[in-house]
Amino acid sequence: MPPLLEVRNLRTEFRTGAGLVRAVDGISYTVDPGETVAVVGESGSGKSVGALSILRLIPNPPGRIVGGEVIFNGHDLMQLSEADMREVRGGEIGMVFQEPMTSLNPVLSIGRQITEMVEQHRGGDRATAQARAVELLGLVGIADPERRLKQYPHQLSGGMRQRVMIAIALACEPKLIIADEPTTALDVTIQAQILELMQSLTRRLGVALIVITHNLGIVARYAHRVNVMYAGRIVESGSAAAIYHSPHHPYTMALLKSVPRLDRPRQARLDPIEGSPPDLTRLGRGCSFRPRCRFAIEKCAEAAPPLEAVGEQGQLAACFRSHEVSLETERAA
Amino acid sequence: MTALDAGATPLVEVRGLKMHFPITEGIVARRKIGEVKAVDGVDLTIRRGETLGLVGESGCGKTTMGRCILRLEKPTEGAILYDGIDIAGLDRRSLVALRRRIQVIFQDPYSSLNPRQKVGSILSEPMKVHGIEPDATKRAERVRELLTTCGLNPNFADRYPHEMSGGQRQRVGIARALAVDPEFIVCDEAVSALDVSIQAQIINLLEDLREKFNLTYLFIAHDLSVVRHLCQRVAVMYLGHVVELAECDEVFDNPLHPYTKALLAAVPVPDPTVEADRSFQPLPGEVPSPINPPAGCVFHPRCPIAVAECQLAPPELRELRPGHWVACTQVN
Repeated sequence: MPPLLEVRNLRTEFRTGAGLVRAVDGISYTVDPGETVAVVGESGSGKSVGALSILRLIPNPPGRIVGGEVIFNGHDLMQLSEADMREVRGGEIGMVFQEPMTSLNPVLSIGRQITEMVEQHRGGDRATAQARAVELLGLVGIADPERRLKQYPHQLSGGMRQRVMIAIALACEPKLIIADEPTTALDVTIQAQILELMQSLTRRLGVALIVITHNLGIVARYAHRVNVMYAGRIVESGSAAAIYHSPHHPYTMALLKSVPRLDRPRQARLDPIEGSPPDLTRLGRGCSFRPRCRFAIEKCAEAAPPLEAVGEQGQLAACFRSHEVSLETERAA
Repeated sequence: MTALDAGATPLVEVRGLKMHFPITEGIVARRKIGEVKAVDGVDLTIRRGETLGLVGESGCGKTTMGRCILRLEKPTEGAILYDGIDIAGLDRRSLVALRRRIQVIFQDPYSSLNPRQKVGSILSEPMKVHGIEPDATKRAERVRELLTTCGLNPNFADRYPHEMSGGQRQRVGIARALAVDPEFIVCDEAVSALDVSIQAQIINLLEDLREKFNLTYLFIAHDLSVVRHLCQRVAVMYLGHVVELAECDEVFDNPLHPYTKALLAAVPVPDPTVEADRSFQPLPGEVPSPINPPAGCVFHPRCPIAVAECQLAPPELRELRPGHWVACTQVN
């Protein structure tokens, strides 16, 4: 079965006052139908820009998609006309953003925002769209949908707004939903509600999901496959189990070690990653994790390591010393 | 301070603390039309040298608790004994002396540092206010020393906040709190805004400083994993009340209050194998408004084990195990 989405060597740049930033610097990955793929990374790693680039939602200027292909359903999204692209956004690919208060229109009722979506992509009359809106709100677990449809975003709580966002994303029965930090702004118990809802709906409706997050716990609970990003590149990719139990990239390993765990008594001091993420305007030609990496050797300064197959089937890592990294994990276990 | 009397006299003792914020209407004649019961009857002690974690979701009153103890708010009711003296009603003058002993580290290192002040000036200001190191040269020296203590290059004294990263700014915020040589620091979501790799650095720094300067922390946070790592005891708050209080590992390994249980189950663990074996039912509903909180136990509308009597009277905090306090009538 061909993948639903195939990103090939995608590159996005921003012109800033400080210089050219390669926010996404040649990323490639696939998403299968119905699969949940997580993209993890810290601020500035390019995880959001990478997702927005798929939908061609990069503001230009200052940003520009400079290369690569995004094959969705057999078409390269990069080659589509702006009109066709509008059909894809919200039609075949739904979106859920982090901040539901800023991504919903404050002066339109919830109902209008959902029916607008349905009318735009499906046509049909207002009554049909209205009926669909009621159905969608029920689907995302909002009680009393008829009354809620008349309300405005400010009358809803954060969790409720995110449910509305999910309803809008699902409105046109998309095959893929891109969720950019969908629960970061929410409290823990509401976060759990929203994530469980997204998981059960994507399973039931067979929708694939790309979830962008910095929370390693969410990834472990919900993702089938994981892409770890650092400084605009994917540094490691594989099944959730492989990434967590047998990391082959020093950044992945260090990241997992640096988080305190809820399910374990306090052991010793945390093992942080020293230093700070690199300045993206001043990346050299070597591996961008090198200054913080204790595995680094001279070779790492000369060229950026390519993403290559390692360990378990399907796992990829961009490190010249991935073998040594995995040996160390094995020894520790 | 010896270990012996450390247990005897708590550094902070909060008794029956209430903080109600009025909601008013009208521009000329302001009428009170209601109140937000942010903190509604909390008893809490903080021992010398410990880190007490205060956890809960937004709106539970944890930040307001911290602000009351710092006396940034004047509590509506109740007492806050700091080292035996009730500070709840102190006037502005007497508070100045108190603030040399109590300091705060805020969440957002972007908005809590003055963008027009150089780091050196940010750090020397508290010393000027409290008359520490009146000599400018010595003050500059102490600024360099503080920066080094907090893991920054002493030359950062000449920088502006915008020239630094988030982690570096938070180190400046910590150095500022240390400038007056305090004994007690309220950390209000001090690591929440930071990226994972930087967060671990700051957590380690806070631990080192606690040991080096014999500090006591009130660590307010919503990230339970961080709290488990850093704290000795934990108080869980819900809608203005403390619902559970115990030694840290006891709260995490053996939670008794249904809210604490739900909260812990909701946090995903960074391990797919552990997660695959964990089944959980998310807590239904949302936190009610603190303007009109539910009668009786404030948690009863969402509680999986609530019975009719829970709606009648608010449950008292009871010591069910040694040192393990729970406000629920249905657990034993």
